[in-house]
Amino acid sequence: MIPAEFDYVAPETLDEALAALKDGGEDAKLLAGGHSLLPLMKLRLAAPTLLVDLRRVPGLSGIARSNGGWTIGAMTTHTAMESESDLGLMSAVAHTIADPQVRNRGTIGGSLAHGDPASDQLAILLAYEGSVVIRGESGEREVAAADLFEDYLTTAVGEGEVLTETRWPALDGYGWGYEKFNRRKEDWSMVAVSALVKKAGDGSCEDVRIGLTHMGNVPLRATAAEQALRGGPLDAASIAAAAEQAAEGTEPPGDLNASPDYKRHLARVLCRRALEEAAK
Amino acid sequence: MTAVEANGKWVGQALRRKEDPRMITGRGNYVDDMIVSGMLYMHVVRSSEAHAKIVSIDATGAREHPGVYGVFTAEDLDIASGLPMAWVPPGVEIKTPEHWPLAKGEVKYVGQGVAIVLGSDKYGVVDAAEEVLVEYDPLPVVVDPEKALADDSILVHEEFGTNKTHEWSIGGGDMDAAWQEADVIVERRIVNHRTAGSPIEPRVCLADFRGGSLTLHLTSQNPHLIRLFMAGEFEMSEDRIRVIAPDVGGGFGVKISHYPEEILAAWSSKQLGRPVKWTETRSENLSSTIHGRDQIDYVKVGAKRDGTITGLECKAIADFGAFYTLLTPFIPAFTGFVISGCYKIPNLSFTAIGAFTNKMATDATRGAGRPEATHLIEVMIDQLAAELDMDPLELRRKNFIPKEDFPAEVAIGIVYDSGDYHGSLDKLLTHVDLDAFRSEQAELRNQGKYRGIGFSTWMEICGLAPSRVVGPSGVGLQAGFYESSIVRVHASGGVTVYTGTAPHGQGLDTSFAQIVADRLGITPDQVDVQHGDTGTGPFGLGTYGSRSLAVGGESIARSTAKVAEKAMKIAAHQLEAAPEDMELADGKFSVKGSPDKGMTLAEVAGGAYIPENLPEGMEPGLEETTFYDPENFVFPFGAHACIVDVDAETGKIDISRYVCVDDCGPAINPKLIDGQIHGGVVHGIGQALYERIHYDDEGQLVTGTFVDYALPSAADVPSFETDRTETPSPVNSLGVKGVGEAGTIAATPAIVNAVIDALRPLGVTYIDMPLSPQNVWAKIQEAKGSAVPPDPGKQGGSFDEHGSGSAGSGPTSPSEGGGL
Amino acid sequence: MASRVPITVTVNGQRHVGDVEPRQLLVHFLRESLGLTGTHVGCDTSNCGACTVHLDGDAVKSCTVLAVQADGANVTTIEGIGSESDLHPMQEAFWEHHGLQCGYCTPGMIMAAADLIAKNPDPSETEVREALAGNLCRCTGYHNIVKAVLSAAKATSGQEVTL
Repeated sequence: MIPAEFDYVAPETLDEALAALKDGGEDAKLLAGGHSLLPLMKLRLAAPTLLVDLRRVPGLSGIARSNGGWTIGAMTTHTAMESESDLGLMSAVAHTIADPQVRNRGTIGGSLAHGDPASDQLAILLAYEGSVVIRGESGEREVAAADLFEDYLTTAVGEGEVLTETRWPALDGYGWGYEKFNRRKEDWSMVAVSALVKKAGDGSCEDVRIGLTHMGNVPLRATAAEQALRGGPLDAASIAAAAEQAAEGTEPPGDLNASPDYKRHLARVLCRRALEEAAK
Repeated sequence: MTAVEANGKWVGQALRRKEDPRMITGRGNYVDDMIVSGMLYMHVVRSSEAHAKIVSIDATGAREHPGVYGVFTAEDLDIASGLPMAWVPPGVEIKTPEHWPLAKGEVKYVGQGVAIVLGSDKYGVVDAAEEVLVEYDPLPVVVDPEKALADDSILVHEEFGTNKTHEWSIGGGDMDAAWQEADVIVERRIVNHRTAGSPIEPRVCLADFRGGSLTLHLTSQNPHLIRLFMAGEFEMSEDRIRVIAPDVGGGFGVKISHYPEEILAAWSSKQLGRPVKWTETRSENLSSTIHGRDQIDYVKVGAKRDGTITGLECKAIADFGAFYTLLTPFIPAFTGFVISGCYKIPNLSFTAIGAFTNKMATDATRGAGRPEATHLIEVMIDQLAAELDMDPLELRRKNFIPKEDFPAEVAIGIVYDSGDYHGSLDKLLTHVDLDAFRSEQAELRNQGKYRGIGFSTWMEICGLAPSRVVGPSGVGLQAGFYESSIVRVHASGGVTVYTGTAPHGQGLDTSFAQIVADRLGITPDQVDVQHGDTGTGPFGLGTYGSRSLAVGGESIARSTAKVAEKAMKIAAHQLEAAPEDMELADGKFSVKGSPDKGMTLAEVAGGAYIPENLPEGMEPGLEETTFYDPENFVFPFGAHACIVDVDAETGKIDISRYVCVDDCGPAINPKLIDGQIHGGVVHGIGQALYERIHYDDEGQLVTGTFVDYALPSAADVPSFETDRTETPSPVNSLGVKGVGEAGTIAATPAIVNAVIDALRPLGVTYIDMPLSPQNVWAKIQEAKGSAVPPDPGKQGGSFDEHGSGSAGSGPTSPSEGGGL
Repeated sequence: MASRVPITVTVNGQRHVGDVEPRQLLVHFLRESLGLTGTHVGCDTSNCGACTVHLDGDAVKSCTVLAVQADGANVTTIEGIGSESDLHPMQEAFWEHHGLQCGYCTPGMIMAAADLIAKNPDPSETEVREALAGNLCRCTGYHNIVKAVLSAAKATSGQEVTL
């Protein structure tokens, strides 16, 4: 399986990259790690005419802590995130992606910009209420996670734009849990649920965020479950009751391995488990 | 037959393999590694339709593509015959469609070849192939074999007026009596779903027609047969064709058959005067290389209250797809041959009914018919035990053929060579403390955790095969099934062995060398084993059906014995002793009791090739040939136990322990035996838990890449505990049986029985494979009486209640992980 | 026709300079342009790992890397980590523990395993299995591969491996 022909440039600066993207028009694509795009191109499900490779552009990768949050460059690999254990949930989630070879190439920015709702990190950004920085010809803008994922494989990153950075509140003091359900270790999630829980001094739930992976055309928050738990006790019964609402309002896509009904069931079970872990 | 006893120095040792140094350093030589000057690449344009008339094929654009040397369709091909199917059972009519390398007028499954494009650039031919425009007029499709057998079904081949291919039976005893004598009768419909053999190396061929001769490098398990077929198709004499299988990256049965692409590559090479290479992609491998299993078994078993089995009947509906490959309709017969399992069952009946559907052909994949048999028998034994409220192991023991009955003729007339079924189960239970397990299981159940244990006491038939039994006037295969060998001692004492087997991972270079070394007083390092080249060794039948050691190895043992006998005569003559006073000891052909009066093989060989002092009338040289045709099959057996934990909330299964005791006769190389068992069991785990070839109702292949066709990885399976018993076979002088398919034949019922054992408290009494989380969860819901949506993977099911995606929707990106 | 792109790649210590089609996959550059046929192709969806090589010291699937992306990089293939007369410990361990049968997945498997123990010198069995999740083998059932990797990892510390 071989990609269709395309032209290739590897600019040295972000401005050059933006200029190349503009020249290439709608059939130009950015290339980061290539682990979403190249497989599609090999199956000829995608056929861009120009690839603009970001590998030479400086300053796009790295993990830094400042002002109560993390900034993670778009070209940061899953392996780099996995290796930074201070990233907590973000690190644990990165570790579950595919296999080591894929993690060595795949990048956080690429995953987010691609917008596949089965990808692990999208719902996490949503749950963190993080944001991304997008550079375009007319400058830079910050887009909140809630506004980033527009539809299946469609994000707010527009034609001629580059996602350069991701921003995550540190959420210090939050416990977390991640429940990824797949058939084989290397597979995509049938469903995954991430939970972040902050306990108040009395042990009750001060804050909770729940991310749902592969439960719709875009990553989702389990808002009904969050509301059910927020402000209340964190005992097993309350968690179980809240988790029952995990699939509320979702319309998950079915596939060979999981019907929509089964996915909704999984979301409820995994939500309970993730919350139990996060509330420990 | 041999006057020379092997002195057992090397046989039985866990030697590391002679094959490995080149493979671990990246210096293996696989067909796709070869590039020949002037070589063209072939690309096959394949049908996107499951059933359609071909209205037109427009190759204008493709022909104009730079670097393209030709585009051809079925109309261009002038070959003498289509693809062969080798089974003509006496007295049974099999409806056999013509099977040409490219579709003629109509396509009948997704992936069927429609045209070929030849070009000088590997990438360019793929581009050009996109410009071959095929217009189809779609026809209705049938994918479910039971629907295909209904009177009003859509027909795959109009000319037959039916989709029923044939009906074939084997049996013995009296079924009416069996049911009358039975106190309990259990019936089940057992689905053994379609799978793919999936060697990691796909199929590849490199054909070079020059000077009126054809050289074909091919990923093949039986190059000699391929040469024979090609000779017919091209109306050539076999001496003008050389087929070479160099290093072959796994076969698992799928590289036995003769495929369109090797014919197309050879024909194109002849046509264009260039070498032509074709390399299969994995997607093509999943759509257009044979599949396995796909059998629906209606099974009925009866027993007396005390557990004595009175009879077993199986009607197998076999889905053959649209066309036959080499052995397609024969595969279910293998299920029939072992329908008695390890048990003494007086009344047996097995009937196979074949169906055409709009799918790729099924044929032999690892186990070929016997995994289906073990599965249905061993699952039914547990089902029967539950019905009788009897311990499933006690039920097995009660019905096992006792050790003293061997050789044992079962009711269908097949004679099992040797066995000790109680012995292997007893040994298994020395590794698995069943009482401890049961109390642990009960404790876990109290905590809401579901752990189960399942057993499979398996046997199989292999060592293919006694020609008189399976040949034209026997079962009806149009071939002999002996194996050839030449053992050639060179003048300096080195040995080259030619075998007609065609190993592709089994390690025969090593195990065969061990056999020879012991019989000639040398080391395995001094023995080079050659195979897979029709230009060197004698006609051979190849490697499949766990035959290489029991038939090919025995052939070599016999050739070696003849060589040793001649060597002994030469040594006796030169040492002035009587041949009967000689022995092979400490690497020397020496006079008994006088180890200093002896000659090494090198010394003898020197004498044989410089014939100054040979016994009167003896020919010079030191090499011997054997064509060994076995008297009977061999019948390996064993006992497996599997322990699973089932997450009852999600349906996910975790195999926490898997223990095997297997018996393939005396070990030649225990390392290789363990390796075969590990791999075989994981193949079975793959089918039980992960793998399924699935076509939707339109005949589209949903599981067309390794994203959806889920081979397990190291992270998905456990380590294994293996042990052996060694019950020699009386059939061959080595006492050996086969082991290549054993693990796969054994494994699936152990897993299924374990899952049922785990879930019985929840009311689950039976479940079909694959035990995907969703299927297991659905079964638990069903047992609870909850409404469950139909299994989306079952034929006829629909898995997208919102109608918002196509088959196989889900992540669009084939590999996980982000990064544009 | 897309314009070719000049690249300089160091493979197994040998510097190669040339022009490549932008769409050429690294695995085809290695196999067809450089004749390093030890790196294999077993699928088209980045699942099987038979094409695993090291790119600047990290295991990658060379079927999912463009040759142009390796411009300026160091690539190590199975041919570069050891030879028949001087085997890498991982190669030695695969031989000793019968970690291969048909040998087709083996180069990728060895490269993935070598990357693991370079970064995690003392992995558990679970860590080994998870680290090999991206490499499919149909012959061995993985048992002996896992044993080989654990043995290679522990060879230096003299620990016994029981599996």
